[in-house]
Amino acid sequence: MSQNEVNDPRIDGIKTKIRVVPDFPKKGIMFQDITTLLLDPKAFKDTIDLFVEKYRDMNISVVAGIEARGFIFGSPIALAIGAKFVPLRKPKKLPGQIIFEEYELEYGSDRLEMHVEAVDSGDRALVVDDLIATGGTLCAAMDLLKRVGAEVVECACVIELPELKGRERLEGKPLYVLVEYR
Amino acid sequence: MFAVENGLQGDPRLKAISDAIRVIPHFPKTGIMFQDITTLLLDPVAFKHVVDIFVDRYKHMNISLVAGVEARGFIFGPPIALAIGAKFIPLRKPGKLPGKVISEEYELEYGRDRLEMSVEAVKSDERALVIDDLVATGGTLSASISLLERAGAEVVECACVVGLPKFKGQCKLKGKPLYVLVEPSQFDELTL
Repeated sequence: MSQNEVNDPRIDGIKTKIRVVPDFPKKGIMFQDITTLLLDPKAFKDTIDLFVEKYRDMNISVVAGIEARGFIFGSPIALAIGAKFVPLRKPKKLPGQIIFEEYELEYGSDRLEMHVEAVDSGDRALVVDDLIATGGTLCAAMDLLKRVGAEVVECACVIELPELKGRERLEGKPLYVLVEYR
Repeated sequence: MFAVENGLQGDPRLKAISDAIRVIPHFPKTGIMFQDITTLLLDPVAFKHVVDIFVDRYKHMNISLVAGVEARGFIFGPPIALAIGAKFIPLRKPGKLPGKVISEEYELEYGRDRLEMSVEAVKSDERALVIDDLVATGGTLSASISLLERAGAEVVECACVVGLPKFKGQCKLKGKPLYVLVEPSQFDELTL
């Protein structure tokens, strides 16, 4: 049991369903493939249930999911807790008025965009992605939400790569993860 | 086939869904009236209506696999898969899926693209549902059907939140039925 992993009997079932693919998308990266988790309806449901059980009584009004794997987990969580779902997207996908934040990835750099009218002050937000590595993407997501005045309550990911110390980049905001990979 | 043609005529949920979809003129380019479902996602009641209607339709059809088209299919597909106890398979842009993949090229309403699927994800004799937010030309859905059939699955139906009126009646895509909740919303110039 790692320090920040959740202590729940469902976790082992979830962990065994995540496939590690060496050297993808490039050499040296041990890619955490959650698509194999999605092939197991019970393990996928357990994953969502663990997040829903934690957040349903925390008055979360917005779940912000990071494109694209954050959509897969964020959307069912939002529905189950009755919150708005806000997609945080790659450039030029969202129509209308947007704000953007640039950030560096574990492998490359990118830009995240959000609709300005989707979220405002008074919203309590949960940020969801499949995995936290360096924390760059989550930081950009938090910055977008803060810029429109929302309160970021917590970040939630299925997997953490603790050696990349992403947790320390979240400016003191809590991070909840189900599985660590060392 | 639209929901109103198949038992849901007068269902107030359909109006709520339609009203929640925002129209953005001339996006991503001039002439396209973009159906923006993000405003639907900001309405938890209307978003839940979408999922409930699809789940009610598919829960007794022995669907073993829901395939969602990247990226907006990743928003509607997973809640449906979870509710009916099916696997969820992401159909992705090139280079995103690790492991062994097959790919299919297709034409969009605005451009060309390629879709990939993990071959190991699909067993033969699976009964599959394909989900996307909107159907326009049917190109993306046709590519999705091809990928699933090439891997040995049977595509039972394709489902979309929004579809052009040409998909009314018994219109099929590659011989497969299509189920659509609402027609495109109209742009209301008075809201400018």
